[in-house]
Amino acid sequence: MPLFSFVIRRLLQMIPTVIFILIVTFILVRLLPGDPASAMLGDRARDADVERINRQLGLDQPVVVQFFYFVRRVVTGDLGNSIGLKVSVSSLILQRLPVTLMLTGMSALIALVLAVPLAFIAASKRERLPDSIIRGAFQMGLSMPVFYVGIVLLTVFAAQLKLFPVGGYGDTLGDRLYHLFLPALTLALSFAAVLMRNLRASIIEVMNAEYVDFATAKGLRSRVILFRHILRNALISTVTLFGLQIGTLLGGAVITETVFAVPGAGRLLIDSIYGRDYPVLQGLTIALAVLVSLTFLITDIVQAWLDPRIAR
Amino acid sequence: MAMSANMGPNGNTDGNENAGLVVRGLTTTFDTPRGQAIAAADVDFDVAPGEIVGLVGESGSGKSVTLRSIMGLIRKPGRTTGHVDWRGRDLVAMSSEELRRIRGSEIAMIFQEPMTALNPVLPVGLQIEENLIAHTTLTTRQRRSRALELMNIVGIPAADRRLDEYPHQFSGGMRQRVMIAIALACSPKLLLADEPTTALDVTIQDQILKLLLDLRDRMAMSVVLVTHDLGVVAATCDRMAVMYAGRIVETGAVAEVFARPRHSYTRGLLGSVPRSGTSRTMLQSIEGTPPSLTNLPTGCAFHPRCSFATDICLKERPVLEAVTSPTRTVACFHHERVAEAEAIL
Repeated sequence: MPLFSFVIRRLLQMIPTVIFILIVTFILVRLLPGDPASAMLGDRARDADVERINRQLGLDQPVVVQFFYFVRRVVTGDLGNSIGLKVSVSSLILQRLPVTLMLTGMSALIALVLAVPLAFIAASKRERLPDSIIRGAFQMGLSMPVFYVGIVLLTVFAAQLKLFPVGGYGDTLGDRLYHLFLPALTLALSFAAVLMRNLRASIIEVMNAEYVDFATAKGLRSRVILFRHILRNALISTVTLFGLQIGTLLGGAVITETVFAVPGAGRLLIDSIYGRDYPVLQGLTIALAVLVSLTFLITDIVQAWLDPRIAR
Repeated sequence: MAMSANMGPNGNTDGNENAGLVVRGLTTTFDTPRGQAIAAADVDFDVAPGEIVGLVGESGSGKSVTLRSIMGLIRKPGRTTGHVDWRGRDLVAMSSEELRRIRGSEIAMIFQEPMTALNPVLPVGLQIEENLIAHTTLTTRQRRSRALELMNIVGIPAADRRLDEYPHQFSGGMRQRVMIAIALACSPKLLLADEPTTALDVTIQDQILKLLLDLRDRMAMSVVLVTHDLGVVAATCDRMAVMYAGRIVETGAVAEVFARPRHSYTRGLLGSVPRSGTSRTMLQSIEGTPPSLTNLPTGCAFHPRCSFATDICLKERPVLEAVTSPTRTVACFHHERVAEAEAIL
């Protein structure tokens, strides 16, 4: 099983990545201006209290020692307690991250549903009217900033047509999907544009490949040629792009969650930055970074599955 | 060789007696920014059942385009007109679904470069079997055993294991065998082979040609073999057609054409093949370069490079006419002079 050994190798490669993530987040948080003790105690804090807090957080120790304590705690799942919200960071992340995951997952799905068929239509009607319309529309989607698209969608579909809620997050699954639809669509539009352009180009390339001619010469049905021969090969490069863009999508979620008042990890991240809530910021950064590298892992596995030449 | 058997219900294929492939007036053009390129013009030729016909010419002479036009593989901005009669049916005029049923089952095709013609992401077994899925009602198990059988026919060792492997795991010669196995899957009556050995080294080339000859004998299959290699033609073909600038300029039995070429271009091609057993001289080559397909010379397209050319060659285009027998044709005003010219080397 070359694919199996590929997955194992790829998993091992993740270890240095994770160590690197831990080092960077550790350093980054300490480079931020302001210190947590004064953030917790306010402007008129007494020196003794500041010292007490610093000791409590281990901030009086040498940096290297702080790092090892930090790694030990992270590995055991203890990300500390939020300074502002007075709850454990891991519970906070477990509560907020699924919302963001659902939002990005939904928008990735919407982007795929939009991009794949339209890329195929554009590629097969290349340089003709449908192609120009599709490419023009996506170009607009690509050039508009996420917050602007969000506000436009909110104004039209939520405020005026009242088809969707203005913001927030529901209780049941169906309700949540309903609440997340507009923010997911907002995120999906520029994502779909990137995917569509890439997929269109690779479909055009693959359609001219000799093996497509050979498949035609074999008398295969056009549906088989389309899905088995054209789409599968064209998707290989798009899958890479898809994986790389998931990181961007998570970044976009920060903005979208703010515009649509969605209580996700993106909002939590912003709040923790403003509140100098170091433990939350640190925990969240680690969680998101690990998430992104997991996405890359999945991307690589999907790609190896699509293209046997990769998993050798 | 040519049997006048199994004539289709529409027996009016140009009055032609055999039931093989009859190509008449096949023309394929491409609209380019520099004007219309005529890649194949008025191509006429026949292939009798069980016959191997070689289609010879330089790069860009229209051999491959002719083959792809027969299969209906010309894509826009290309356009194919004319008639390709196959067992009484016209491949050019028929619906795409009718054509699909013939492609890969009655008529199969193999390409020059198996690395690019085989889908890199599908196991070769599936690439053989999908041909059977498209044209037969065989079950999964029957398809698998047919695929195994085909791998054995084309001489791929350890076929059972190799069916699950991908094209990049095969050597060049084995890949070409895989492609032949795919083409043979539904026991075609006609095989169109587009330079099947050009990408291979000489020893492998020889093996593949022997395989094709052997298959022709075992399966009573006709073959159209496109090549620029006259050695390949001499070794495998019964008849040959020489193409120049999109047109057939000479046809005939291989032995006749080699012994006494009647077109100056054929003569030039034969003269540029090195021969053993003769004194070493400079290798001959045909002066000049092939013309641009968007801007062909007037009259006979070969006249700028022809040492036999006279005024008429500049003004009129010679038509392909039968000379000594109905199957020996040439398109040259001076074919008598060419034929009588001193034998080459």
